[in-house]
Order: sequence, then C-alpha cells, then structure tokens
Amino acid sequence: MDALPESVAELTDGLRAAGYLPGDSTALVAYLAVRLNKPVLVEGPAGVGKTELAKALATHLGRELVRLQCYEGLDEAKALYEWNYRKQLLRIQAEAEGAAWSEVQDDIFGEEFLLARPLLSAISAAEPVVLLIDEIDKTDQEFEAMLLELLSDFQITIPELGRIAASSQPVVVLTSNNSRELTEALKRRCLYLWLDYPALEHELAIVRLHAPELSETVARKLVEVVGMVRELDLKKPPSIAESIDWARALLLLGARDIDEATFAQTMSVIVKHRTDLEIVAARVGIALAAASP
Amino acid sequence: MSASAAPPGIDARLLELAEELRAEGVRIGTSELLDAFAALAAVGWREREAFQGALAATLAKSPEDRRVFDLVFERFLFRAAEAAALREGVREWDAAGDRADAHRLDLDELRAQILEALASFDAARMRDLARLAVAALARDDASGSGVIGIDVQRIRRALGLHRDGQLSLGEGLGVPREALREFEAMLRRELERAKIERTETLAPSRPLGELDRALPSGPAADLAAVHRVVAQLRRRLATHGGEVRGRQRHHQIDFRRTLRASLQTGGVPIVIKPRPRRPRRPELYVLCDVSTSVTSASVFFLSVLHALHDSFRRMRSFVFIERVSEVTDVFARERAFSAVSEAIARDAGVADVSGYTDYGRVWSEFRMLVEDDLDPRANLIVLGDARTNGRDPRANDFAALAARARRTFWLNPEPRLYWNYGDSVIAAYAPHCEVFECWTTRQLEEFVKSLTTTTPS
Repeated sequence: MDALPESVAELTDGLRAAGYLPGDSTALVAYLAVRLNKPVLVEGPAGVGKTELAKALATHLGRELVRLQCYEGLDEAKALYEWNYRKQLLRIQAEAEGAAWSEVQDDIFGEEFLLARPLLSAISAAEPVVLLIDEIDKTDQEFEAMLLELLSDFQITIPELGRIAASSQPVVVLTSNNSRELTEALKRRCLYLWLDYPALEHELAIVRLHAPELSETVARKLVEVVGMVRELDLKKPPSIAESIDWARALLLLGARDIDEATFAQTMSVIVKHRTDLEIVAARVGIALAAASP
Repeated sequence: MSASAAPPGIDARLLELAEELRAEGVRIGTSELLDAFAALAAVGWREREAFQGALAATLAKSPEDRRVFDLVFERFLFRAAEAAALREGVREWDAAGDRADAHRLDLDELRAQILEALASFDAARMRDLARLAVAALARDDASGSGVIGIDVQRIRRALGLHRDGQLSLGEGLGVPREALREFEAMLRRELERAKIERTETLAPSRPLGELDRALPSGPAADLAAVHRVVAQLRRRLATHGGEVRGRQRHHQIDFRRTLRASLQTGGVPIVIKPRPRRPRRPELYVLCDVSTSVTSASVFFLSVLHALHDSFRRMRSFVFIERVSEVTDVFARERAFSAVSEAIARDAGVADVSGYTDYGRVWSEFRMLVEDDLDPRANLIVLGDARTNGRDPRANDFAALAARARRTFWLNPEPRLYWNYGDSVIAAYAPHCEVFECWTTRQLEEFVKSLTTTTPS
C-alpha cells in the first residue's frame, strides 16, 4: 500500500496542494473513504467541484485516475469488459482445420481476448487507482445494479472466466447531479457527501487560488455578485468554475472594479441562458447601479 | 429511552440516535450502523464537526436525510444536555436581577452588536447575543404568543433584521442570509431552553414537522408540481358542486352527430347522440395573504396563484396585508413566476402603517370591491393564516361574502396544531367556509381530492 493520509488535516493540506480547497465535510468524507475503503457518492448541483475532487484526490495520492463517464444507455460492454470478437474470429480462422472445439473455446475466451473497460482496468491495475464514475444518475437502474458487486467487494464476475478480484483497492468516487433518485442498494454501499455552493469566504479563497493576480477587493465583490446571482431563480446558476472563468476574464480586461458597465459586458461568462441574462441584468444591474455613487 | 438512567456506553447512545432517525423516516440499516462505527474509529471524537460529519456521511444518504439528520442530531444533543442539567439542577437565569438587567438593555445597541456579529459570522458571539435578545424581548410570558416560531419572528422584527434577499452592496455588508438563518435557529434554541427552565420539564421529543424537514428549495422546483395539482383543481371545481336541476337536466340532442350515426343504419336515427354538456367555467376569486407571518408559505401561495392563473381564465386575484389590492393584471402581464412575485412586492401597496395583517379591514374593503360581482358561480379561496394581530376579525363581513359565493375555501399554511392559538382566529371564520391545512404540494393535492367528497354548503 502506498502512504495513506494519517489525519483529516493531512488530507486537507494534500488536496490544497493539488489545487483543490475542500470544505470541512469534504475533506472528512474523503479521508473516511480512503481510510475505510468505501466508495463515496458525491451529490450536488453542477459545477461545485465534484469531479475536481476525484482529480485532486488522485493527484494527492499519486494515483492514476480512471474515469468512467456515464450516459444513458451505457452498458457493461462499455463499462466493464468486452470480448474482442474480431481477434477471436481471426484466431479461429488462423487455427489449423482439425483442432478440437474445446481447445479453441478455451483459447478464445482467455484474458488475451478481453478488452478491459474502465471498471475492469481500475480493479485489475497493478497500482491502486482512483476510480471516478461520473454522473451516475445519467445511467439506467440496471447499470447501478451491475455496479453493486464492484462497489461492495471490489470484484467482477465474468461468466467465461470466473471471478476477477481487485489486485489493488481503488478509491471510488461516484458523482451525481441528483437528476434522479439513486437506488437504496447503491447508496447503502457508499459514504455520502453533499456538495453545495461554497460559503462566501470559501469561494473567495478558491477564486484567489485560481486567479491570484486579481485584487482582493475585486475578487470579494465578484464572489458577492455571484452569490447574489445564485439567489435568483435561474435555469442554470453560475458554478464555481464559472466564477473562476469570470475572474480570469476580468483579469484579461484589466478591470479594477465591478461596476454596472463591466458587469453588463462580462456577465455572459457566468450566465448562459437568454432568459437568465434578462433576469440577472435587471436584478443585479440595479443593485450594482445603486451601489456605485 | 429514559434520560434518567445511568449513561450507557457510546454504542447504546448511537443506537438511540439511530432509533430516533428511523422514527423520522431515515432509512438506516445495520450495514449503515456498522459503517458508522467504522467511520468513528477513523476520526477523532474531540471535534464535534468531525464526529457529526462522520456519522452523517454514513447514515444520511440524501440531502433531505442529511437535513433531518442535522436536526435530529442537534435535538439529541440538546435534549441530552438539558436532561442532565435538569437532573443536576443547573439554572442559568437567576430570576429577578438578571431579568431587570436585561430590560435595561438598549435595543439599538443590541441591534448594532448583532449586526456586527452577523456580518462577521461569529458563531459564539451570535449565540451570546441571541441569549440577550431573548432575555430582552421575550422573557415575559405575556408578550410571547406561545408558539416558538412566531416568537422568533417577533424578535427578529423587533430587532429590525430584514430578510429581504437583496444584499445591499452599497453600505458595506448587508445582513448575510446564512448568518441570519443561523441566528434565528439560535433564538429558537434559546427560547426552547427558556421554556424548559420555566416549566422544569423536558417536553417529549416531538417529531419533526414537515416544515422543518422540507428543503428550502427554489420555487421553480415546486412550480411544476403545483401546476399539476391546480389543473386537477380546475376540473373538480368545474364539475362538482353545481348540480343541474329541472329542465336543464335533460339532454339535448345533437342533430349533426345523430344524423351521422344514422348513416350506419340506413338513415334511420336509431342511436340518439346527445349534445355533450359543457361544464360552465367556474369563476374564481383568490385572496392571498402576503404578510410577514406567512413569509415561509407565501412563495408557495404565490406559486399556487400563478398556477391558478394558468388554468382559469375567469379569475381575479387579490393580495392583502392590511389592505387588499387586486393583482389580476399583474398575472395577465407577466408570465414568469419570478417577475410576478417581484411586481407584486413592488407595486401592490398593501402594507399601510404597521405591516401587520388586518383581516377585518380586508373583508370590508374586499366587499366593497367585489360584492356586486360575486355570484353563485363564483368560488372564493382565501390563502392566509387568520392571525389578526389582536384586531377585530369581523366574521360577519366574511360570512356575507361567503354567502354570496358558491363555495368558499380557506387554505391555512399553519399546522392544525397552531390554529386558534395565540392570535389565530380561524375558528371565527370556519363556520362560513371549508378550511384546509395547506402548505405543501401534497396537502394541496389532498384539498383538491376532498373537493369531490365534501358537499357544497
């Protein structure tokens, strides 16, 4: 086993060094996941750093990140393993005529003909990895059921080969945008972490980390405005990533302050729907206009 | 779960906590409990955050569960501490002296300090100040309404802390919302603590109310659900309660369809096709309370109103606090929900001086506005908590209105438990209308369902 973090504080520092500022509960749950070898289910709105958490964790632990992006219709052939049937076919054709059936069968269902997909490669890797199963809520319930064996016992059963147990224990992070309720069975096997938009100070720290050249006052105002925009009833509230993008945009423009004009020019960085733009322009624009003398 | 028993080990305590969580509907299996113990072994117990976090990560597996968990955990610790305090006879308030001191407190000074603490989000200071505020404003039992939630709102108002969402960027920092919410929770705890000391008993732990456990979600999330229910409401109102009598009861023959059907039988009209009876469109008058005592429910009310406007063409809506004001044209003008609620907040002009609801005045004004238009086809729906702030309810005015309308409904956003408690006068109006408890989509659905079963008065 490689070095595991000894305390929550150590992991917090590690994640920080990897460019991710975890909240208290985030660090705690990540620590528990690593210590207890339990998968973590991370839920929350889009763009609060669910995927980033897995990446930072991989960086910190010095492990490879294996990522499985979920989508509707994802099946085990794409997630677990697949038989490389072209190769199997070639094998059969290349075989001399008189070979016995059983020999060929034994041959073509060997590891040689197995195409490992993310899940299989994650557990059969020689070094432990971080396995990210992204947007699990996009898949069907059947797929969740298929994951259960992997999540609880870290093993996969392939009918032709038998059981493949994990040669190393991966840290598993599942993310979900909460677009549908996940099954109880899946939840029971995971630690649960709800990530929400960070508090003002926390987000300020994140923005400052990613755009260090931006002055403190502008950054603070930026975060306040983003907070204000999130309070509105929008189709898509701005995410942390968008706050950072905005901060960088302001840097490029050399803005010294966020006034009404700057905001009007750059708000398309954080608001991405036409109707949302109107709402934000009306509400936040007024507040900013009132704020400037 | 007797609190007086000798403290059992932590295992037993955790199991008790799990029991309470299960009672609140959190699904906790044995495997979760085992995980919880394993998790606790991996973190230090010294810090409450870590302790709570480790338990939450293993026991509460959805945002709703997490919220319930935090509430129950809080309650569990609070009750454990209070039970111990009662056993040991520890008291914080030395009757007279302390109280007199508290009364001498300058309100403005207190307010300034609280604002400062809120702005810096200093939890310890906020807790102290919450204690002071409770001491200054709610120690006499006479001024309390008896319901803790309402007392909290009173104190908040008295301190002039507004929860108006608009973060004012101009004057430095406004009151941060989270801080204010946190502060209200502290006020609530202090009031509870004071009550426990006063009565010297620990009230049996009450199940969490729907309101406590409901996630503070955006109105958009609920809007779709409310719209669905309201569409049902329209069908029910159209088809029930208005029985057709006399000659009209007989069907009229639809000649076109009868002749067309007769083609099958060689032009002999054997099958008679009656003209389908179109239900008459119901008319709807909706009165919606938008005062501060129903703040938590007003978003829900407004979304109901919004949905009603989508379903009913012949509908007039009114909002009221002290005065009543018609907002039908606002809904006609604006389509988006947020725009509507904003417009209402901006130009309804229903608050006069005090900002407290005055039902009596509202009825008389409403009578003047619509009495001539009210006819037996009209349905009247009132959305409000019937808290008159001690003013005359003038139930006879309301009765006159209800008598003219076909059916009258009252949707009260308070739990039935609080009705007629404090300044709620729902009993005065109840004989003249059908009263329903309604502050969730589910209850709205139940209201709609019951429309078919209750007979029109």
